[in-house]
Amino acid sequence: MTKTITLNLISGRSIQQGVAIEGGKEKADYRTAAGIIELDRADLKELGIWINTNVRVTSAYGSVIVKAIETTQGPHPGVAFIPMGPWANSIVNPNTYSTGMPTFKGTPVTVEVAANEPVLLGIELVQKLCGVKSA
Amino acid sequence: MAEYLIKNGHVFDPVQGIKGDKADVAIKDGKIVDKVGSSAKVIDAKGMTVMAGAVEIHSHIAGPKVNLGRIYRPEDKLFSCTPTHGMERMGGGASIPTTFKTGYEYAKMGYTTAMEAAMPPLFSRHVHEEIRDTPIIDEGAYPVLGNNWFVLEYLRNHEVENTAAYIAWLLKVTKGYAVKVVNPGGTEAWAWGLNCLSIHDPVPYFDITPAQIVRGLIEANEYLGLPHSMHIHPNDLGNPGCYQTTLDTLALAEGLKTHNKFGREQVMHLTHTQFHSYKGTNWADFESGAKEVTDYVNAHKNITIDTGNVTLDETTTMTADGPFEHHLTGLNHLKWANVDVELETAAGVVPYIYSPNISVCAIQWAIGLEIPLMMKDGMRCYITTDHPNAGPFTRYPRVFKWLMSTKAREAQINAFKHKDKVLSQTSIGSLDREITFYELAQMTRAGPAKSLGLSAICGGLKPGMEADVAVYNIDPDKPIANPDDIEKAFSRCAAVFKSGVQVVSNGEIVSNGHKRTLWVDVKTKENAQVKRDISEKFVKYYSVTQNNYEALGHHFVPNPFAIEVDATQV
Amino acid sequence: MTKTITDVICPFCGTLCDDVEVIVSDDGKKLLEVNNACVIGTEKFLHSQAKDRVTRPRMHQEDGSWKEVSYDEAVEYTAQMLAKARKPLMYGWSSTNCEAQSVGNEIAELSRACCDNTAAVCHGTTLIALQDEGLPSCTLGEVKNRADRVIFWGCNPAHAHPRHMSRYSIFPRGFFTGKGQMSRKLIVVDPRTTDTAKMADIHLQVEQGRDYELLNALRVALRGEWLPDEVAGISAEKIREAADILKSGRFGIIFFGMGVTQSISKNHNIDEAIALTKDLNEHTKFSIMPMRGHYNVTGSGEVFAWQFGFPYAVDLTRGFARYNPGDTSSIDLLTRGEIDAMFTIGSDPGAHFPISAVKPIANLPSVCIDPHLTPTSGVSKLHVPVAFNGVETGGNCYRMDNVPIDCRKVVEPPEGMLTDEQFLTKVRDRLKELKGVA
Repeated sequence: MTKTITLNLISGRSIQQGVAIEGGKEKADYRTAAGIIELDRADLKELGIWINTNVRVTSAYGSVIVKAIETTQGPHPGVAFIPMGPWANSIVNPNTYSTGMPTFKGTPVTVEVAANEPVLLGIELVQKLCGVKSA
Repeated sequence: MAEYLIKNGHVFDPVQGIKGDKADVAIKDGKIVDKVGSSAKVIDAKGMTVMAGAVEIHSHIAGPKVNLGRIYRPEDKLFSCTPTHGMERMGGGASIPTTFKTGYEYAKMGYTTAMEAAMPPLFSRHVHEEIRDTPIIDEGAYPVLGNNWFVLEYLRNHEVENTAAYIAWLLKVTKGYAVKVVNPGGTEAWAWGLNCLSIHDPVPYFDITPAQIVRGLIEANEYLGLPHSMHIHPNDLGNPGCYQTTLDTLALAEGLKTHNKFGREQVMHLTHTQFHSYKGTNWADFESGAKEVTDYVNAHKNITIDTGNVTLDETTTMTADGPFEHHLTGLNHLKWANVDVELETAAGVVPYIYSPNISVCAIQWAIGLEIPLMMKDGMRCYITTDHPNAGPFTRYPRVFKWLMSTKAREAQINAFKHKDKVLSQTSIGSLDREITFYELAQMTRAGPAKSLGLSAICGGLKPGMEADVAVYNIDPDKPIANPDDIEKAFSRCAAVFKSGVQVVSNGEIVSNGHKRTLWVDVKTKENAQVKRDISEKFVKYYSVTQNNYEALGHHFVPNPFAIEVDATQV
Repeated sequence: MTKTITDVICPFCGTLCDDVEVIVSDDGKKLLEVNNACVIGTEKFLHSQAKDRVTRPRMHQEDGSWKEVSYDEAVEYTAQMLAKARKPLMYGWSSTNCEAQSVGNEIAELSRACCDNTAAVCHGTTLIALQDEGLPSCTLGEVKNRADRVIFWGCNPAHAHPRHMSRYSIFPRGFFTGKGQMSRKLIVVDPRTTDTAKMADIHLQVEQGRDYELLNALRVALRGEWLPDEVAGISAEKIREAADILKSGRFGIIFFGMGVTQSISKNHNIDEAIALTKDLNEHTKFSIMPMRGHYNVTGSGEVFAWQFGFPYAVDLTRGFARYNPGDTSSIDLLTRGEIDAMFTIGSDPGAHFPISAVKPIANLPSVCIDPHLTPTSGVSKLHVPVAFNGVETGGNCYRMDNVPIDCRKVVEPPEGMLTDEQFLTKVRDRLKELKGVA
């Protein structure tokens, strides 16, 4: 049985994500920069995984595979960070509550190990979720 | 270009001294001419009033604080949106209309030239982008200088020549028109949350007083011989008792003479005089100081003024007088925006409702009307609303109505909740003067044009001048049955020409004209020290580089009209 | 031989650094080296030189492949799409210049579109708060020359605005701040110990989503009123200490970012931050400034405002401009399924909108104008690559403090490529023909 933990997800910018979007969102570097989830050491421990393990992150709004790494901007136990981009946006709370602004920060998510499932490339992920064919 | 002949109208032109005589106005190649050929298009102005296009000397219509007002007041667009229509782009806004609407509204009232009254130099590109998008009217912008670090440092040591060289450089890089001063020293003090309320309050750190700044800037302005004089919003605006600071400020021009080739006679222009003509010690004993201020101005020919008429509307106040706006938000508790600008100035924005039910507002209304009614020379007193501070410029026709009709004034006074207070605290009830059409032409055309140094170009109908002409559907020979007819006639022109192009016909826009940006290009002697000081300030203190400061190129000033000044021989 | 171009403006973030140096080949066609820019800016300049760059418009085919088309065909598709649509959304505008935005607004007016910029997912809620409360602010040079109290609230400039701290906010020595960093006290409020927080004198590690409470507690502390032992995870003692630091300064500034604009409470967080700033002005001088993201999102808001009267979320479908965030804002329009054509320029909603707002785009007639390949171009019917604004063409832009800075062209775009403005001008002219407007 795989272990599941519940965390509070926020998304936002990182400098690696910034460099990667300017370097090309079709590239693998973009996935390396933003197809990740930054977890606190304590949460990694609770989940019982090594860093660089792929995990499935699920919210009420969707589910996505990303690679788990240890945060360098912690400690922040209970808070998970996925850099802004299609991976985070597959699962964030899209409700604007009449403000026009989705709730990008503060989405309850569960994280479970998905070691053998692949993290998709950025464009690939969005095309797949939108049902758009790519060649 | 098409030729036009405007026939049989009653012409009012102070430049030629024409006082309502029936005359024809001929237009050819963008200029007023003596006569045109038989193929000229004839505009029948029988029973109508013909004047030069009006000249706006002080209005906030383009730039960062105006747009901040638009951004932060969506409510100003309620019921004031105009759809795409014929030649017109869509528009919106009552007190801070969008740029397109601004151009159309001015043109429809017969205004063909307007001056943006406060351009923060660092934001000159923004000002010019908006000017570009304001159709039809020729526009210039005054860079604000009364709190500029260069000016404070030079004038602390009374270095007039260096100040002048800096001004010449600044006008060039910002494509500016004149030297504007707002709350001298007080706005710099505001960067620390302080203010200068009299002309002798020292400016923190800079060791200079407002009096030294004002006097020095007049001297620098005259050293260069710029088309316009130093244009001032003095210290202590809007407070009971401020008229004394106003008189102190005016006295700084005493004995100073002008030196220019543009026909300008004043050395100081006092703007929105209404806001600076308050007596009393608090809002309860608040009263008019219009008599004291106009008495002084009447006696001193080297000063011109504009009025700043309160129009009794909901509006948006905005000024480079940062501490005043902070004070105002404390009074009315409406939302406050502020922008302090590095090394140069600041600005504040606060909405304001001039309610006829509030005695102070009604007294302000009365003071604004007393001033032109007490001024002897219409060539030295110009109608403004300090748009949008005392009211939107679109209310000019209503202000004209109040000035031209005692009946209209009485009706308004009777409508005030605190009528008695208005009558006891001002002398508006005893003024029976009615401004004539001729005086109106002085106060809105020939006068401001002369003060701006544009008297050879606009504000009149003399052959050789720009063919800026407004035709109003009102017969000055007939008694006016209903004062509202004045307001109606001045709201929508029968015809307007801008530089010879018909831009308005029957109150509708028929052409977007060939809008120009007016600026003053001053040639000065090489001044190595000022050059070095400028480059040092950019390296050390500005947040942009010197090479990224200038408003340059087609995008910002697509159609420049440079007024040249040669100050190399001084 | 090479040429060095100085005073170059970096078209990445709202910091809009204007001191970049770019070294180009003698013929002005190759960009060789970038100095002074941050790592992101450098990448932006250099990526324009990528060999695999798409240089011609492409139509997405049924089988998922792309077919190259001419710019004229792309103009025709775009103009036809906008002419036919009843409620097109023209979104983006934040990574292009004001000239292009202006032409875009003409197109929007002709096609009665909804127009919006990336404030939709960035500082839109800041604009709402500004409309509620006003905003006491200043230019960045004021911060450099005067500020001795600096707060970063819910923003992480070390990652998102890398040169902000060295140019304006923490390190520079200004006129009244001759000791640079030593002249300033730095407070960072963030639920994570970000790389910015690590530099702070005080890090208030607020509980995520509790910013409103903490801001309110600071206002209480300023008034010396009673506080509970802990608010939003911060002890009362620490809150009082922070309040004392703030009011004892001579000139303070609050910079804030997505941490407050995107967390629950949204614009109300910012209302409270502005109210705190106003309160502080009773004690000293204080300003507040949003850390705008895209290098010209601010400019887009300015151009919208002077032309239409509103800074974002503008709906022109009725023939005049309406504004009602939550109703006329992009995310809501898309998720409600009200849009019948999607026009994207200078931004990437495919990557940065929640996926539920991206899915509708894939089913609509759609154009994506962007020099890059992006998730948006990946789900659009037509992708129109253009010259890089700020690298291959100039144009005016507005920094996060609304200061306008004219970008510079440093190299030629690849042969035959159009700029945003050139492409939009062609679309406008064609649309006028289709609509029968002179």
